[in-house]
Amino acid sequence: MKTASGFNTIGEAAEQAALVPVQFDSKDYMLPEGANLAASLLAAGVSVFRNTPASGAPRGPFCMMGVCYDCLVEIDGVTRQACQTQVSANMQVSKPAIPAAALREDDHA
Amino acid sequence: MRETDLAIIGAGPAGMAAASEAANAGIATILIDEQPTVGGQIYRDVQRVAPLRGAMLGQDYLDGLPLARAVANPLISHIAGAVVWQVETDGTITYSIDDQSHQVKASRILIATGAIERPMPLPGWTLPGVMTVGAGQILLKQSGLIPNRAVLVGCGPLLYVLASQMLKANTPPLAIIETQTTGDLMAAMKHVGGALRGWRYLLKGSKLLAALKLGGVKRYTGARNISIEGEEAVTGVSFDTGGKRQIIACDTALLHHGVVPNVQISRALQLDHDWNGQQACFSPKLDLWGKSSEAGIFIAGDGAGIGGAKAAALCGRLSALKIANELGKLTDAELAAKAAPINAELSSECAARPFLDRAYPPFREALSPRDETIVCRCEEVTAGDIRKAAALGCQGPNQLKAFLRAGMGPCQGRGCGLTVSALFAEETGKPIAEVGYFKIRSPLKPITLGELASLEKDAD
Ligand SMILES: Cc1cc2nc3c(=O)[nH]c(=O)nc-3n(C[C@H](O)[C@H](O)[C@H](O)COP(=O)(O)OP(=O)(O)OC[C@H]3O[C@@H](n4cnc5c(N)ncnc54)[C@H](O)[C@@H]3O)c2cc1C
Ligand code: FES
Repeated sequence: MKTASGFNTIGEAAEQAALVPVQFDSKDYMLPEGANLAASLLAAGVSVFRNTPASGAPRGPFCMMGVCYDCLVEIDGVTRQACQTQVSANMQVSKPAIPAAALREDDHA
Repeated sequence: MRETDLAIIGAGPAGMAAASEAANAGIATILIDEQPTVGGQIYRDVQRVAPLRGAMLGQDYLDGLPLARAVANPLISHIAGAVVWQVETDGTITYSIDDQSHQVKASRILIATGAIERPMPLPGWTLPGVMTVGAGQILLKQSGLIPNRAVLVGCGPLLYVLASQMLKANTPPLAIIETQTTGDLMAAMKHVGGALRGWRYLLKGSKLLAALKLGGVKRYTGARNISIEGEEAVTGVSFDTGGKRQIIACDTALLHHGVVPNVQISRALQLDHDWNGQQACFSPKLDLWGKSSEAGIFIAGDGAGIGGAKAAALCGRLSALKIANELGKLTDAELAAKAAPINAELSSECAARPFLDRAYPPFREALSPRDETIVCRCEEVTAGDIRKAAALGCQGPNQLKAFLRAGMGPCQGRGCGLTVSALFAEETGKPIAEVGYFKIRSPLKPITLGELASLEKDAD
């Protein structure tokens, strides 16, 4: 099933790579292999990538350059920035179960 | 541990130009970047993308091709996909590739990590569908993606660059909501002399605006009381303009009010920094070659102070020449002869900067957000929380971490640091230079225990 996405893909970009299966939150997607994971999920209609540990508020990619960490997802059990990750076949992606708290700097301020 | 004469962190225009200049002088150089390909922010992925959509992205993007090609030099070793998470004053750099940590030791280090977009905290800016204009550009360059129903909010040339690229791709933004006023433009006119020397920029700017007008892109200027609307995702942007409240429905809101130096590494090294009042940001204290307060450590490009891509490349070259001189590869006379034309080009390149800085000042509402606005996105700390902590006697940004966890999330204050310092300055009446900034510690990016453990193996 194709989800409506808020994004347009310009012609050539869509044709570049072979599509491979990726799961996000138990839903199946076909995404271009080697493409940026955050961009590919956005193009496929995913807009909420995680919920914040503090209030549970929904978040999605904000900076696309590795600065904000709002694109954090769990990939095959490891929490990573989707905007710094390339699509590979059969990735199991989900909203992070152990929220960003696990990545916090130690309380040594 | 691998050793080298020069290690450059960041393969944008500054890092690429420095690497090829150093290689020309016979210096073995390692060029490290977390992206899979060279190019940095402006020339992101330029070698792959130029043939695909170079025409739409324009000549300013294609200008990156010769720089990127020059990196293919036997004296330059490009380490791609490598996230630097620690830099030490003895020249040791630690980075991770695919969860494996590695170290390299360099007799000189050039930090060329560029800029990040100035945080733009507005009500609703954490909703899915809100991104930065830079993010919009990255999606377009790297992935060929354009938001269908987007509004651009803020100020500065980058808004026009993205809007005109979207227009060329037949998906123009629904509107550009701009925060600068006619008064800002009048104030900037005082510097128009400099801007005329940098006339290329003025011409480019007016061409972009003319194209947007012709394309029917609606612009609002002097916008105030801006809010991003929506519950679970963006549904629109509301603002006051010309005495009237407007709301524009959209699915994507792209924010931008300038870029500021990315100081994570220079701060972690505890190099000296100054407050730059004109650009409203902290930047590392450097000499004319980009030498920092620590021997052997240089900084070039937007990470040294915002000057744009052309200036970044020129500054990278100057640092590389000075490093070649220090390493005995260039005599003082050779250094002076090579640097003179670069310095001349740099001064005309920077001539338009004071005009641009004043014509597009940062948006005041985002520098001093309303109490209910979230400032620290990671820990969801509001401007009101920070003001309250300051009133209760919290001593500054670093103590605030203990009070509210602001700056302690995974982004390490990249997204809130400047706002936190500004709010403290406002509440305590102290100059911001005195308030200072978050203390930054390694690891600069969150790493796993496995990555730490892999370091032991690499050391053998
Ligand atoms: C998102 C964004 C988009 C922009 N788009 C434009 C544009 O279209 N036109 C324009 O004129 N200006 C643009 N700018 C401004 C532009 O960034 C600068 O003028 C120019 O790119 C500065 O070059 P630089 O070499 O100093 O840094 P950059 O080009 O930013 O390069 C810095 C490099 O350092 C790398 N890096 C940073 N930290 C680390 C780390 N810890 N480990 C490893 N690598 C690291 C980054 O991956 C990046 O490749 C943009 C800025 C941003 C932030
Ligand atoms: S979108 Fe900001 S870190 Fe990925």
